[in-house]
Amino acid sequence: MARAATTTDAFNAVAEPRRREILDILSGGERAVNDLVRLLGTSQPQVSKHLRVLREVGVVDVRQDGRQRLYQLNGPALKPIHDWVAGYERLWSDRFDELDVVLEDLQGKEQGDGGDE
Amino acid sequence: MAVTSRRALVTLPSDEQILITREFDAPRHLVFKAYTTPELVRRWFHANRGEMTLCEIDLRVGGTWRYVMTVRGEGEVAFHGEYREIVPDERLVSTEVYEGAPDAAALDTVTFTETDGRTTLSILVQHANKQNRDVHINSGMEDGLQDAMRLLESVVGSL
Repeated sequence: MARAATTTDAFNAVAEPRRREILDILSGGERAVNDLVRLLGTSQPQVSKHLRVLREVGVVDVRQDGRQRLYQLNGPALKPIHDWVAGYERLWSDRFDELDVVLEDLQGKEQGDGGDE
Repeated sequence: MAVTSRRALVTLPSDEQILITREFDAPRHLVFKAYTTPELVRRWFHANRGEMTLCEIDLRVGGTWRYVMTVRGEGEVAFHGEYREIVPDERLVSTEVYEGAPDAAALDTVTFTETDGRTTLSILVQHANKQNRDVHINSGMEDGLQDAMRLLESVVGSL
């Protein structure tokens, strides 16, 4: 699947684990920078740097509210990323749901054997 | 972050990598066993998209593995690789080749981490370049597309 340059940027922007965490938090609603700093347990310059990258590729929007700047997710900009990875993630989710059943069996057997394999 | 979802989490730590993680309600020696025993792998690897017709695992360094699946509506897909490092119940490093794109070999590092009787399984797929990585992710799309679209709608709808 060919992807446009801007989309590639969005992909790269959300590839970074900290930025994924920021997006996870923002999926629960808009937040001020201070909230993000507290929730992530990292420094404000770090958070600001990540927010700048996320804003540049358009997956996060910001608005001024009095003295605070509030950040929110821009859902439509994230859609291509979900589109792309969702199928793969779904495949593994289904695999692991089946693996849960196998593990339940194995645990039952182990207990039945008095702890021996 | 404390994520309680049972969905597999797929992230892209770098341009050449895919990271798949999921927590299981079982000690790691059982997760390792289910991951490396052919009769057990046959029971989960199909992901309800078809049937596994072959599952061979020669679990030793330099030993090979091969999985063949018949996917409904798509036909046969096959993967194989060679084990590079084995630490029982802990860590497994192997090559992975999707036989539909035999030039795009990846290196998979699978780790099993146990905390309080629960195990986090993580699979780090390292490709040689971004293009191969992207092809790999896209290969998961075809059959699960309908499900993926439904999931996508709910995810995007909740944003």
